[in-house]
Amino acid sequence: MTEAVLSAPVVKPAPDRERLAAFGFIAPSMLIIALVFVLPLALLLGVSVLDAKGGINSANYTRLLGTPYYLGVIWNSLRLGLLTTLIAFLVSYPAAFALARARGPLRSTLLATLFLPLAASVIVKAFAWTILLRGDGLINTVLITLGIIEDPIRMIFTQTALITGAVNIFLPFMVLPIYAVVAQLDGRYAEAAATLGASPIVVFFRVILPLTLPGIIAGVALVFSLSVSAYVVPMLLIGEKYPTLATTIAKAYLLAREPGFGAAAGVVLLAIAVIVVALSTLLSREPK
Amino acid sequence: MISRVAAVICWVLAIGLALFLVLPLIVIAAASFSPTPVFDLPLSGASLRWYGRIGRLDGFWPSLSLSLQIAVLSTALSLVAGTLAAIAIARGRLPGATALGTLLVSPLMMPGLVLGIALLQYFRMIGFTATWSALLVAHLVVTLPYVARTMIAGLSRFDFTLVEAARTLGCTYAGGVLRVMVPALAPSFLIAGLFSLLASFDNYPVSIFLTDVRSKTLPIRMLQYIEEAPDPTLAALSTLILAGTLVLLLISDRLVGLHRMAGTGD
Repeated sequence: MTEAVLSAPVVKPAPDRERLAAFGFIAPSMLIIALVFVLPLALLLGVSVLDAKGGINSANYTRLLGTPYYLGVIWNSLRLGLLTTLIAFLVSYPAAFALARARGPLRSTLLATLFLPLAASVIVKAFAWTILLRGDGLINTVLITLGIIEDPIRMIFTQTALITGAVNIFLPFMVLPIYAVVAQLDGRYAEAAATLGASPIVVFFRVILPLTLPGIIAGVALVFSLSVSAYVVPMLLIGEKYPTLATTIAKAYLLAREPGFGAAAGVVLLAIAVIVVALSTLLSREPK
Repeated sequence: MISRVAAVICWVLAIGLALFLVLPLIVIAAASFSPTPVFDLPLSGASLRWYGRIGRLDGFWPSLSLSLQIAVLSTALSLVAGTLAAIAIARGRLPGATALGTLLVSPLMMPGLVLGIALLQYFRMIGFTATWSALLVAHLVVTLPYVARTMIAGLSRFDFTLVEAARTLGCTYAGGVLRVMVPALAPSFLIAGLFSLLASFDNYPVSIFLTDVRSKTLPIRMLQYIEEAPDPTLAALSTLILAGTLVLLLISDRLVGLHRMAGTGD
């Protein structure tokens, strides 16, 4: 070994030594993930089958999946996630193309409007929406001043308020991944397709959409999993009127002292997130 | 013709989106100068009285200090552990590297609230009651995925033979890493660090279950304040944080360019 080092300055370490080094490099992260992520979540699964007396049964799940009220709660969460994701996607996808076209100060300004809200606390942004949407808030004042409406519209604590706030808060997580792929899009593919006689609509569906799919999948997965489990946004913008899995979990732990039931609700929310991750991983692997 | 119309729609949406995104931030900044305790918009005048009150918020300094300690430490630790892991994954000599990468990034997609209650239960069971350490350890799971994701993306474009080239030219291995790899990855470090700091500093759903009466992080203190007595002090505080972030963004734009941050921060 020493002779080899002396005779040639570049020595490729033996493959198993490299592999050993790789294991050493990844070990600290994996230890954190195993001890503070996987293990606690596994324990949560265990707690979710405990009833108030410490017995093991499926009572929590029966209550959660067998009562119309709690099925409504699960649907509320899914609905919030689906609507937020859909609206965010419809706005973000076209906007990302304009963003990718922008240059110089305009590009920096537009990107800053994406990054700056990310830096503002979710709590503060939700709070700002309560100011905007109040009966005597800015939006009503402007509409009345302009003579569009006579009496203030009730906006705060409505589903419109909830979705508006959620879209506003999670939008950057949709735009950024889509922008990243659109910005790297090679315009020559679209040109080539057009030269070969494809109409703009065919070019879009056969060339551009498939090429930007990885960004779409990443954005959709991220925004859906964030909004389906949002807690601060529903709490401040709609309150008790729109119970979600997240608010149910918090209530079970912080107020009702029913950890078993809260854990079961947590497991359901977790299952939704896991399905999203699995689906997005599966879908993003396919096109390559 | 169709594409001309499409381009106009794209631009209108992009500008509209930008305005929509900054709207709540403008509202907060405007409210912070409100002369009265209620947010009467448009403002009847301007006042700086709420800025003077920030430091006198109940429990503000300890909360700010706690949040900063946790954010800086968890970011530093995540940068070290996450970069090492990203190297192992990006070099591809590890069996199942892609799966390990997915596992490492997956906490990002998991509901924070669920992680919060899981950790609460877990720490109770193993008898781990030190709030500060519990918060730090929990925040590692929040920050590590951000760092890992950005560093894996950054390293996938790094040519490892450059380090070997540096060794051929007489550098030691550590020297090669320090002089070639670290500068090449500087933008990724910056982005990972920034995202990680913000993710920890603003975290509410994981922290809420781990804090106690004496040690509350800033977001928890802020939400409590909104629920009890919402006056413009909170808006003033948020405006200051936003101004600080704007400066950070301007510096980052000069150093790396925001478009590169957007590209690698996917």
